[in-house]
Amino acid sequence: MSEEQIKNLETQFEARIARDEKIEPKDWMPEKYRKTHIRQMSQHAHSEIVGMLPEGNWITRAPSLRRKVALLAKVQDEAGHGLYLYSACETLGVSREELYEQLHSGKAKYSSIFNYPTVTWADMGAVGWLVDGAAIINQVPLCNTSYGPYARAMVRVCKEESFHQRQGYEIMIKLANGTPEQKELAQDALNRWWWPSLMMLGPTDAESIHTEQSMKWKLKRKSNDDLRQQFIDQTVPQAELIGLTIPDPDLKWNEERQSYDFGEINWDEFWQVVKGHGPCNKERMKARVGAWEEGEWVRDAAMAYAEKKRNRKEKLAI
Amino acid sequence: MSDKKNWPLWEVFVRSKNGLEHRHCGSLHAADEEMALENARDVYTRRSEGVSIWVVESKNITASNPENNGEMFEPAHDKVYRHPTFYDLPDEVKHM
Repeated sequence: MSEEQIKNLETQFEARIARDEKIEPKDWMPEKYRKTHIRQMSQHAHSEIVGMLPEGNWITRAPSLRRKVALLAKVQDEAGHGLYLYSACETLGVSREELYEQLHSGKAKYSSIFNYPTVTWADMGAVGWLVDGAAIINQVPLCNTSYGPYARAMVRVCKEESFHQRQGYEIMIKLANGTPEQKELAQDALNRWWWPSLMMLGPTDAESIHTEQSMKWKLKRKSNDDLRQQFIDQTVPQAELIGLTIPDPDLKWNEERQSYDFGEINWDEFWQVVKGHGPCNKERMKARVGAWEEGEWVRDAAMAYAEKKRNRKEKLAI
Repeated sequence: MSDKKNWPLWEVFVRSKNGLEHRHCGSLHAADEEMALENARDVYTRRSEGVSIWVVESKNITASNPENNGEMFEPAHDKVYRHPTFYDLPDEVKHM
């Protein structure tokens, strides 16, 4: 194809997206569109998969059967979300093995929030309430993104996600209304998860390198700073309602903006964690790679068994 | 790891209730059709989204190519006479 032809196709492509048409797997697309989508969708899938680890940590120690079945179902949903997203990503011509390889080798990123440890039961509350809350704010606009398989996967994810946040908030309510020690656990979890949750919505608009292009492709519908403000405005009253204090001395209602002003985010910490120096980066990857490697014989055995069954069936047919 | 040992890709179709058609809802990897069905149940019907599942190994699906959409679908565009609104009826005829 000549350069002019490609340019022409690109113009038509951008016009289709501007008209809110969806792009499907076999449609022509610019290479950059394909690459950007593989990057974002796989990063999203990896986050769901690695996101199971901090919560899986507490399944066996949940304080009641009610909490245990809920946490188990939530972690299972995350596995499901990872699988929807991996298969949507595969429609762009990248294989599941390549995607895993990128995660395991550190080439691909996942949400850095999962590099923080879950040290008390209250963290299950804070993670559901804040981390899933921030994730929902990020994900809802993606239900309308331009790439069909991604948009469809996100519709399913969002439908399932709201129970995650509710179960987390319910844990926080219970603790906040419990004994002084329980309330302290809830406050301590909020103190530790608040700032990482704000960072989870991504670098400030000025620092965000992908925003402009992603907006054009509807891969992003609101800027990181807008999403962050939305998250804060929505979460602060929820904390007040259960008598917990947001750990930000600069947090203040701004009557004129009808929004909260908030303190400086420690972006050095964010970039440190992104670069692999968070409290649990090594542990998460070790668990993930370990599960993949130790599961190899199971995957091989399943294939060998499938083949054996097929051969037997063919023999019977003769 | 050779390609041969990787679990193949399957497309999943779910009938949400009797009376409705099976609809494509995504794909997954599984070693064989039995495992594909079980995985499809766990991945795509955790909240009673289905009463029946079909799985088809993706390589067995033949798909039209959007690049040929012209030859493929345009012949239908100029056949407005296949639609009821093409025909003029007197106003007195209310329903037909």
